[in-house]
Amino acid sequence: MSLPSDNELAGAIAVSRFGLGPRPSELAIAVRDPKAWLKTQIDPRGADQPPGVLPNSRDRFIAYLAARADAQSLKREAAALAEPQSMASPTSATGPMSPMAASSETMAPAVAIGPSPLERLKAERRAAQKPLRDGVAMEILARAQLAATTPAPFRERWALFWFNHFTVSTAKPAAAVLVGPFEREAIRPRVFGRFEDLLYASSTHPAMLMYLDQERSTGPDSVGGQRRKAGLNENLAREIMELHTVGADSGYTQADVTEFARALTGYSIGIPRDGEVHIDEPRYGESWAGRPLYRPQLHEPGVRTVMGRRYPDTGQDQARAILADLAASPHTADHIARKLAIHFVADKPPEALVARLRSAYLDSRGDLAVVAAALIDAPEAWVSTPAKFKRPYEFVISSYRIAGASPVDPDRELIQPLTAMGERPMAAPQPNGWSEQAGDWTAPDAIVKRLNWSAAFSAAHAPAEAPLQVADGALGARLTSPTRLAVMRAESRPEAMTLLLMSPEFQRR
Amino acid sequence: MIHPIPSSDALPLSRRGLLSLSAGFGLTYFAAPALAATAAAKRKLAVIICRGAMDGLSVSPPLSDSNYLALRGPIAIRPEQALRLDADFGLHPKLVGLYALAQAGQARIAPAVAIPQRIRSHFEAQDLLESGGEQLYGVTTGWLNRTLVAMTPDRRVRAISIGAQEPLVLRGPAAVDSWSPGGRDAGDLSRVKATLADLYQSDPVLGAALASGLATEAQAHAMTQGQPVQARDERGFATTAGKFLSEANGPSIAVLSLDGFDTHAGQGAVNGQLATRLTALDNVIAGLRQGLGSSWSQTVVIVATEFGRTAQVNGTGGTDHGTASTLILAGGALKPGGIVGDWPTLQSARLFEHRDLAPTLDIRQVFKAVLADHLGVDRRALETTIFPDSASAPPIASLV
Repeated sequence: MSLPSDNELAGAIAVSRFGLGPRPSELAIAVRDPKAWLKTQIDPRGADQPPGVLPNSRDRFIAYLAARADAQSLKREAAALAEPQSMASPTSATGPMSPMAASSETMAPAVAIGPSPLERLKAERRAAQKPLRDGVAMEILARAQLAATTPAPFRERWALFWFNHFTVSTAKPAAAVLVGPFEREAIRPRVFGRFEDLLYASSTHPAMLMYLDQERSTGPDSVGGQRRKAGLNENLAREIMELHTVGADSGYTQADVTEFARALTGYSIGIPRDGEVHIDEPRYGESWAGRPLYRPQLHEPGVRTVMGRRYPDTGQDQARAILADLAASPHTADHIARKLAIHFVADKPPEALVARLRSAYLDSRGDLAVVAAALIDAPEAWVSTPAKFKRPYEFVISSYRIAGASPVDPDRELIQPLTAMGERPMAAPQPNGWSEQAGDWTAPDAIVKRLNWSAAFSAAHAPAEAPLQVADGALGARLTSPTRLAVMRAESRPEAMTLLLMSPEFQRR
Repeated sequence: MIHPIPSSDALPLSRRGLLSLSAGFGLTYFAAPALAATAAAKRKLAVIICRGAMDGLSVSPPLSDSNYLALRGPIAIRPEQALRLDADFGLHPKLVGLYALAQAGQARIAPAVAIPQRIRSHFEAQDLLESGGEQLYGVTTGWLNRTLVAMTPDRRVRAISIGAQEPLVLRGPAAVDSWSPGGRDAGDLSRVKATLADLYQSDPVLGAALASGLATEAQAHAMTQGQPVQARDERGFATTAGKFLSEANGPSIAVLSLDGFDTHAGQGAVNGQLATRLTALDNVIAGLRQGLGSSWSQTVVIVATEFGRTAQVNGTGGTDHGTASTLILAGGALKPGGIVGDWPTLQSARLFEHRDLAPTLDIRQVFKAVLADHLGVDRRALETTIFPDSASAPPIASLV
């Protein structure tokens, strides 16, 4: 075998380390000029939108509120029917209803043949939730279809990075229906713009406000805080500082978090609450449901000091000014640079790469298109040894891509297998998003789950071409001779495909 | 073969005598292997990590603390609602299974426990809880993995991670098994498995992982008679975890994680968000007990969280990130007793930074006690490799 030319190896790296794994003929295009192929994918208009017509966050939220009201009345009926000693749990404002999980309540023992009235009510309640679950599933499917078929896979990877950076998750029932709209509305349009704009869009999107409990945070000395017994919630303020901007090691204190939380009060979302017809803002009635809404009457009055800087009380603009300073902080540049280097290049990235990305961020005042170009130009990003182990989503998407296929059934093809592999789509368990460290994805059980999935996937999707041709198209110059040999010796196309997908070099990028 | 299972009281007595005798004289290192060979081999440890900062003040409400009801308002667990442990503390009403264990002398709480460094970031605090370091970034592997390493010279001790991801507490040089529910049986893959074993020969990760995973999968298949365990059935997967532990030559240590404890808004009281998670926790403990069967008498279960929550209810019916929280101990090997550690009270002058329950115990004091007195881990290893720089956190006596 002759040694690969520089472009052949660089092309194989471009499609896997920067992209999502090649579609059948993609590698041939990428090897012509790998860096140019990547750079043309940087688009100031942002990332692509998933195919199909998907409802916006407002429509999704109104549907959620309606289903929640249905569920609550059904639950009250069910409680009335249930035996007296079983306590009916009052539904909290965020609600125990989860569009992602089937009803977790234990069924009452059936006494008579056929469904009891209680069982029927519970079935109705599940049915009322089904459209919400289906909505989330459609978001997951549409986004996977985009990833599986896009000719601009670096652009999609870049968007997925930012979505994970600004995690909102269906793990929180009240935010679940907004996760897809969040990615489409707040993230995708801004991933090649200024970080400050992306940060502001993320921090004020209804999904983030619900996910990190900002929507009801109330200044204790505000008009609303004085009227009702309500107060501060510091969750969003803390996670913006720790996860989205300067990072936990940047030296801020509890006092900084609390001050920032005070400045953020007022950022909310239109929610018609039970028995409350918007006392504070009657004109915002129903049409504001699910929309971002600044409620000046909840804003904590006063000057705030965050990380040594004073911010006069400019109402809504106070938090915006703090966000702008956080975005401009060298700590944020460092945090973002390191996360990008870890995501694209290595779990423990070379410091030279981090420094390069940091400079690109600071010199361009947070222009993410410039940072993306700097990543592509960085020599450290092109080392031949693949240091990154694919996350389950990357692995599954790259499998669809090389098979020239696209998923059609969200539950069976995406949610179930990815949950088994540990990465339930759009459902990161905590606000820091999915881990970028190989150790989190290489537990023995997770590898077995990958193997079993690969075998089932290959049985359905092994391409008709010769297996070696498929392997060359998938890995190009990265294909090692042991894998080549294993693929050639396979007894069937599905077996060859399984071995290709499970090969050490396909599992990495 | 049927071996009578020694009563949980018989062996530890002599062991404790020996350990307390030898502790100050450096004799433990000679005594430990002999112990390990006999009793310790059957001892089991299950660690449940509750992620998101579990609110100790709701798990074990301090019923006699005069500040509690005022601080907690609508989310307080009132004395008449709590499952009363003693004059001062109760359990959350959803923890019925745990309460029954406590009544039987098989569960105890430590109500004011914290990690050694004051951190309010979930992720850093979980890192420290699981790495066992004195401070952040000091140690990059998990303390249970280093426990396996320390015990290996005497006998091969195994651990299993239950769940799709291996938690930091089990990460490190020693190989660890893992199992999670879900996934489909893909039929006969024997040829593929053999070829992959070849392909992975020089791979730093995949070879060992696949071999271990396939062995565990086969064992799980046998244990559950091929019946799949549903991923959402926490009692079911905890039962399977218990079965792994109770198998002949099974692992000695299992780790499970539960999340969803970050109750910033609408936390609820007797019912609601937190109550739902505590029901799940109660189910997990019950499942472990069921799966462990007769091995339960040889078992200690530790339930730990990264930090507690603010003493006062916040403006949105929840609680924000705090400091000390409750640690739960359960299991048939536990020595019966009352509350573990002191209660700092909720008087405002006693609160940490005027907002959080202050810790009276370093969480490592509990971990070290269980490792030493239950698993028979060498005390020098405990102080040096497993919990480095932890001299300020001596193991507490009389837990096991």
